Amino acid sequence: MDTAAIGRRTKKEQRRLTLISMKQNKAAYVMMLPFMLFFIVFTIVPVVMSLPMGFTDFNMVQFPKYIGLSNFTTLFLADKIFIESIRVTLVFAIFTGPISYILCFLLAWLINELHPKLRTIFTLIFYAPSMANVYTVWKLIFSGDSHGYLNSFLLDLGLITSPIQWLTDGSYVLGVTIVVQMWISLGAGFLALRAGFQNIDRSQYEAGAIEGIKNRWQELIYITIPSMGPQLMFAAVMQIVSSFTAGTVSQNLVGFPSTDYKAHTIMSHAYDYGWVRYEMGYASAICMILFIAMYFMNKLISKLLSKYMD
Amino acid sequence: MATKEKVYGKHLKVSTKRAGYKIRGTVGIFIFLVLLGLFMVLPIYLAVVMSIKPVQELFVFPPKLYVIEPTLSNYTSMFRICSDLWVPFSRYVFNSVFVTVTVTVCQVVFSAMAAFCLAKIKFPGAKVMNSIIVISLLYQANVIYIMQYMVLAKLGMVDTWMALVFPSIASPMCLFLMRQSVSQIPDAMIEAAKVDGAGLFRTCWQIVMPNQKPAMMTVIIFAFQAAWNIQGGTLVFNESLKTLPTVVQQAASAGLARAGVAMAAAVFMLVPPIIIFMLAQRQVIETMAHSGIKD
Repeated sequence: MDTAAIGRRTKKEQRRLTLISMKQNKAAYVMMLPFMLFFIVFTIVPVVMSLPMGFTDFNMVQFPKYIGLSNFTTLFLADKIFIESIRVTLVFAIFTGPISYILCFLLAWLINELHPKLRTIFTLIFYAPSMANVYTVWKLIFSGDSHGYLNSFLLDLGLITSPIQWLTDGSYVLGVTIVVQMWISLGAGFLALRAGFQNIDRSQYEAGAIEGIKNRWQELIYITIPSMGPQLMFAAVMQIVSSFTAGTVSQNLVGFPSTDYKAHTIMSHAYDYGWVRYEMGYASAICMILFIAMYFMNKLISKLLSKYMD
Repeated sequence: MATKEKVYGKHLKVSTKRAGYKIRGTVGIFIFLVLLGLFMVLPIYLAVVMSIKPVQELFVFPPKLYVIEPTLSNYTSMFRICSDLWVPFSRYVFNSVFVTVTVTVCQVVFSAMAAFCLAKIKFPGAKVMNSIIVISLLYQANVIYIMQYMVLAKLGMVDTWMALVFPSIASPMCLFLMRQSVSQIPDAMIEAAKVDGAGLFRTCWQIVMPNQKPAMMTVIIFAFQAAWNIQGGTLVFNESLKTLPTVVQQAASAGLARAGVAMAAAVFMLVPPIIIFMLAQRQVIETMAHSGIKD
């Protein structure tokens, strides 16, 4: 009885304190306002509206019809291509996720070891692919006849005797897609890491030198990485998103759908249902599964990186 | 840190170089980066080369990595196709510049202010907002696209310039990046500003952001790049509202027969982001002397 009364009182107290704190921080709310206005209207509202769609049958013409979990049961029990797309996405994610993340970090670090003038040039060289929209070039490089750059190069060297159908042969399409995806994957995460390296206080290195740090590796492990937690986290999130939602590369490069669905990612599957067959309910269910997978990946990564965070 | 500096003050003058800095290793790193860089640049180099190849050189066998008789005909024919449309080409240029500048400026200014508050001010709701931002990063833009359309339609913004600009202004990615970076600033600095009587707004723009040049410039690069590639898509039907990517793609979309023109279009679209990138990077390097940002 007594404890309940205390509980009530503290709750009331709590609310009062919150209100006071809100009044004190009025300026913060005002500064948040412009961003929040656009964020709520054009992101939060659409997201909330789209949440129930996965449980409906929605063809974009008629009003969505509630069908319970049937989309999800179909996906896992009857849709063989979906299961195949999970496999493809996982293979994809291993290469363009962790491997590309480590590559981003290593390159950002190595570039930082160079003279400042060279840094800009190398950063541009490695970042440029994610700005460029040159699928046509890759198509010509991997072109299936002997006019393709790669085929003509390999024929010249005598490594192959007849041109390889890089873009249509089922055993190559996934590999080709991964190469191109890796090529453009030094994107947002890479640039954020570069910025992080540039933000490190140089006197820390000087202090480190006095405290007995001998080489680049020790410097990296004892000084650089611990002070880059926030950027490491950002790059990780970006890498998770880009590797799990990959799909545009394969669509542009090896066609849609790819030969035998060999480069068919979960995102391509969602695209197929959403924008080709206009089954938005089903497509939303696919995206929801993808979102849940990414959410747990994100949780896992933040646990791993938590010791570097404030 | 302050005490450490006092203790090591004398030594610091003696050894200003880093322990890890050895010239041989640096040369090794340089060579490694050059080799990898060549692979990264190759496709872009090929795009540039092919954009200045005359048609008869495009399909010679074996394919060449260089051009014998460079020509600008691909560029001229790209502009010719573009200007043959019933809306003048300058209109598309104006639309693109308008959309890009508006989106970039709003994105950077808004997300910088919001990031500062979320990272450094403890106000009710800050925690919830922080996790909402991360979650919204994971949410697929493709899924909410149709709902976004519905919102825009309800607000009567479909087929106006607002449909191109408004949905892109609040970018959780830019906010998240800024927030991560601002969180590294010591609280003492913000406290000091408060003691000196600076309001939140002044603290943000005169104290915090000048110390955040690398992150700021990175956000500008992202924002510009995303905004530059905004296409009307299904949100805008009026031809006079469409942007450069749409029209340039139209000019280039005729399969491999127009490969040269497609390359010219890709190179043409790549130039502005690269210029912004170079300008932004120069800013970062020039202001690398850090003062007052120590723990």
